Amino acid sequence: MKTQYELNKELAQMLKGGVIMDVTTPEQARIAEEAGACAVMALERIPADIRAAGGVSRMSDPKMINSIQEAVSIPVMAKCRIGHFAEAQILEAIEIDYIDESEVLSPADDVYHIDKTQFKVPFVCGAKDLGEALRRISEGASMIRTKGEPGTGDIVQAVRHMRKMNGEIARLKALRNDELFNAAKELQVSYELVEYVHKNGRLPVVNFAAGGVATPADAALMMQLGAEGVFVGSGIFKSGNPKKRAEAIVKAVTNFNDKKVLAELSKDLGEAMVGINEQEIELLMAERGI
Amino acid sequence: MTGVLAVQGDFIEHIKMLEGLGEKAFEIRSEADLDKSFDRLVLPGGESTVQTRLIRDLGLFDKLKSKISGGMPTLATCAGLILLAKKTENSDSVCFGTLPVTVKRNAYGRQLGSFRALGDFKGVGQVPMEFIRAPYITAVSDGVSVMSVTDGNITAVKYKNQLAMAFHPELLCDTKIFEYFLNM
Repeated sequence: MKTQYELNKELAQMLKGGVIMDVTTPEQARIAEEAGACAVMALERIPADIRAAGGVSRMSDPKMINSIQEAVSIPVMAKCRIGHFAEAQILEAIEIDYIDESEVLSPADDVYHIDKTQFKVPFVCGAKDLGEALRRISEGASMIRTKGEPGTGDIVQAVRHMRKMNGEIARLKALRNDELFNAAKELQVSYELVEYVHKNGRLPVVNFAAGGVATPADAALMMQLGAEGVFVGSGIFKSGNPKKRAEAIVKAVTNFNDKKVLAELSKDLGEAMVGINEQEIELLMAERGI
Repeated sequence: MTGVLAVQGDFIEHIKMLEGLGEKAFEIRSEADLDKSFDRLVLPGGESTVQTRLIRDLGLFDKLKSKISGGMPTLATCAGLILLAKKTENSDSVCFGTLPVTVKRNAYGRQLGSFRALGDFKGVGQVPMEFIRAPYITAVSDGVSVMSVTDGNITAVKYKNQLAMAFHPELLCDTKIFEYFLNM
């Protein structure tokens, strides 16, 4: 199992510097792959529509996920509800490449997350701060993403989560060795994980940005803040010209430090998704599962 | 000085490995980076579809191809192997096509088929090998040396200046393959 966990962390390393796109049909999956997505997230409804529809949101139909697996050669991810290990078992059975135990869906358990160490298939989980990230890692997550606020097209929460995590990592790094025990207590995580962050100045797994990315500039902002890659959910297929926007966001992630390239990429992309501000939404998905 | 293709993938792991061995390395992200002076090239792991697209769209293709064809020592791992290969069994896409071999993408299936092995690498000895949604090589032309075989499939080759493998020596602490490359 330990080797499998290493291999799962390493798959996330291969995705670095890339864009993972939400898709709902094989056609969208092919557009995403063609535009340069390093993986796709197969789901029945993108977060903006989940938000609009309300009600309970669950794992997608495995048949629909299969059709996307057949359409593309890049890794395919899918979401299960927080704590819903039976949904995760089903996704493992169809050989999904990565499971997102996601706050975008309705949580199935308001106390426990999935014991991800019991699975061979890798998991990515959302986090708002360092404590959440390390708790998910101790449960077996092999990749972390910011929670952001999915389906809003508003980047403010992803920025907040990334800055918070970076600040807490910097603080741990600066602590004296004899202060690490108390830090572990405060973060509610094991001493070993705290020690790792203290020594290495980073999470022990890859960390992507997610939630509210809608433009090449949003992607570049998150990369400059230290994200190792970007998830784009509603931002692409809720926009006026998905293909062009997808290509532009892919290039923006590679050239996140080159303002001239970013200026070119930002031109003439058509309508961005309309978006909603965090003050206007009633449901904060980021508060699910902490 | 080694230029490491850095459009997507695990280029940082390669750079750390090279620097650990005292080799200077830099990232190649744009055409302007290719004006720097360098004498070795690394094509890292990642997604070959993404890398192929970005190499073309960012205007890197012609200069990189002429450096590889011109004899610059080139190390390619996983996706990098696919970029070099003349033919890919399950796709029409060809990137540089400078390495006369046929590869099969995702040859071991999805992530659940990823594995770790210990194998012999010609001229280097036993090395640990990480296969992550890896390809393998199904055919080689004359002049290509087979460097490693894993469970009956060719997993590393050398052809003139090009050293290419299906696995990821950059992910583990074993530096032997990088030392071999730096002596090429």
